[in-house]
Amino acid sequence: MQKKLFIGLVKSRRGIIGVSILGFLLSLTAVAVLVIPFDSYRLWNDPDYWINSPKTAAPFWTSFFGSKDFEHISLDKNNAITTSEVSEGIRVNNFGFEINMDADNFPDDFMFLHSVNYGEIPPVLQIDITRPDNNTFTVYYSSLPTTISANNTFTDRIFSTNNNIKESLSPYQSFFNFPISGIEPQIVLFSDTSKLQVLHGTYHISQKFFLFDNSSSIENVGVILGGKVFGILGTDDLRRDLFVGIIWGIPIALFIGLTVSIFSISIGLIYGVVSGYKGKKIDEGMMRVNDIFYAFPTLILLILVSITFGRSIFLIILILMTFGWMGTAKVIRSIALQMRNFQYVEAAKLMGQSDLKVIFKHIIPQLLPLTFASVAISVPGAILAEAALSFIGLGDPTLPTWGQMLHDANTADAASRGIWWWIIPPGLMIALTGLAFFLIGNSLDAITNPLRKQNQKV
Amino acid sequence: MGLGRTLLFRSINMFLVLFSTILITVILLGPTLDKLLVDAIRNQVIDEVNQGTLKFQNPDERSAYINNQIQFKSKTLGLDQDSFNPQKVIHRVVSVMTLDLGKSHFFTSDYGSSNVRDIIVEKVPKTLLLFTTATILVTIIGIFLGTYVAGKEGSWLDKFNSINAIFSNSFPTWWVAMIMILVFAFTLHIFPARATPLSSPSDANYVFDLLYHMTLPLITLVLVTFGSWAYIVRYFLINILNEDFIYAKKTMGISRRKILYSHALRNAGPPIATSVGLGLASSFGGSIITEAVFDWPGMGKLFYDAIGLLDIPIIIGLTYIGTLIFLVTIFITDIAYTLLDPRVKGS
Repeated sequence: MQKKLFIGLVKSRRGIIGVSILGFLLSLTAVAVLVIPFDSYRLWNDPDYWINSPKTAAPFWTSFFGSKDFEHISLDKNNAITTSEVSEGIRVNNFGFEINMDADNFPDDFMFLHSVNYGEIPPVLQIDITRPDNNTFTVYYSSLPTTISANNTFTDRIFSTNNNIKESLSPYQSFFNFPISGIEPQIVLFSDTSKLQVLHGTYHISQKFFLFDNSSSIENVGVILGGKVFGILGTDDLRRDLFVGIIWGIPIALFIGLTVSIFSISIGLIYGVVSGYKGKKIDEGMMRVNDIFYAFPTLILLILVSITFGRSIFLIILILMTFGWMGTAKVIRSIALQMRNFQYVEAAKLMGQSDLKVIFKHIIPQLLPLTFASVAISVPGAILAEAALSFIGLGDPTLPTWGQMLHDANTADAASRGIWWWIIPPGLMIALTGLAFFLIGNSLDAITNPLRKQNQKV
Repeated sequence: MGLGRTLLFRSINMFLVLFSTILITVILLGPTLDKLLVDAIRNQVIDEVNQGTLKFQNPDERSAYINNQIQFKSKTLGLDQDSFNPQKVIHRVVSVMTLDLGKSHFFTSDYGSSNVRDIIVEKVPKTLLLFTTATILVTIIGIFLGTYVAGKEGSWLDKFNSINAIFSNSFPTWWVAMIMILVFAFTLHIFPARATPLSSPSDANYVFDLLYHMTLPLITLVLVTFGSWAYIVRYFLINILNEDFIYAKKTMGISRRKILYSHALRNAGPPIATSVGLGLASSFGGSIITEAVFDWPGMGKLFYDAIGLLDIPIIIGLTYIGTLIFLVTIFITDIAYTLLDPRVKGS
């Protein structure tokens, strides 16, 4: 039977499309597990983890159309050209970064990172930028603080909004044809001197540390230039890489969808068979209960439970299971009503087999293929329900689900701000996953459902 | 089962569901509600003491007085009892079911009342207006398109219709809503992004303003659902077109067109009516998100905001009214089915 099911699945066009979409999603997940650091999943909601990414940056490929936007640059110690010299007893460690500027607009902001290990005498940090027009600007010159933490390591980031930078730039007014006092440093530094536009070419940024004792060492340095475009799918307001979120959303959605549908269909199967097989009073009573469950407003109940017991994915799955079996129970019951009069079932009964044995040995195995179809068909509903709940803001906040991403987008007014890359991908993924299971379930159903007439090629 | 028996069973069923929904709601939200009420009393007492003329010898006396007052007021409201005290729970369920819904902590009606009943009564017509209009439009489009493609089974339009149905079923409505705002409000500037009218309800132009703001949500709802509607209608019709009596009519020489639009469609009436009813009922349930996205000032938006602020009286009130509307819609659908379908009446 399993083999027949599989052949039927691969023979129908819908089945093939469904299986290929599912395969594509699964292989994306596999790649994610191998390539993307697991911390990005664990720390999805931790702003510290994403601090080096740009805020609300569009996908990088948007630069191919229209103006070339500045692509986010994040460099660390490994990207630097390191030189070290000693003069008059002072060690000078220099870290040079090379940046190629060919965009049509300025960076949004910049940051200089450093993590230095030192003793009693704090080192002095000097940051110079040599521009394509061979002017060198000293943007920062200051000693690191004397009081440092217990492990003697001082880690800091200097933002473009730092006052020291602003003050360091004002002496360079003479280079420019226009007043620079009101202009932000990230624009002044990368601007043509004659008019306010980007000066293309290669920039050299050097971070020079003057170290006064031998024990001092530089743990890490870095330069970040905040871009307008970043990564395959851009970032959101919280600087999170949306591509990473989209990918991690796949296993979560599959887990929710499959768990909910497998369990709720199983409940429906057993409930329906018992109801149909037992018949009479028991059947009527069980169908009343079915009606009552059917009429419950599931979404409202989910909301209430989330408010009361907190926002956990397992609770959501439990509720969706509790209210997901009624449709299946009805269909299965109507089949079981016919099956209990089948000769082999009656024979088993006459042989004195218990009801339990008849149900589990003779009836349910016959219905399993149909159950596979129902499981696949009910997966999209579960995924949509979880997405809806997350969208209201009652999803599990620790997980990067697609519904959660859309919730964040809606809270941030992404639609009316035109941040399309925050809205379109999560919805497409929900639809794509739903579509895959719907198509698979549909082609399985066409093979297995005895109630379905041949002419209805749904 | 006769009509009377069906009606009786349905009514009992409806009442049971309504009662148990409210019971679950009260049990689930009781502790939170009690805690919020005690907090409200504490704030009120502290306010009174701060503004009042009472003089205290020392801080201890002051806090003793405050605690006394809180205990006294809590006792009169029954807050000293356990949240799961059966008497208290039943009392709450009964008062909710008799529409004694209490006062909201954060919301007021357009005319300044903080009575939950007044607030909800204002919102109900707006939700009904949007979703009923959408359902009517979708039903009309669905029946015409569905019947048309049923007559041309296998044509490109039929195939397109099936694909459209599958796709529109896969997308969440509220996501399409966000896309619509992105396209029509942000990019094209045709419709406003927020559907709450700017003019006040007492304004003469309010109705037109409301209708203008309703356009985008309405288009979205119709766009998302008409595909599956047409598909359902087609499905029912093709089922019927394969029945023996249709073949009999064909051999009698009745035109194909007449068979389709008159005989088949009439026989597909009951299941279509059921689907209309169930679709309408579930669209009310989905209104929470759709209204929140469009900022449409109905019950769903109120529910969404109340969840954010944890305004429990509003949440309980809306759960009750929402469930009631949902159940009544299903009830009417059931009756309509029973009345329309001769087989149900006869057997």
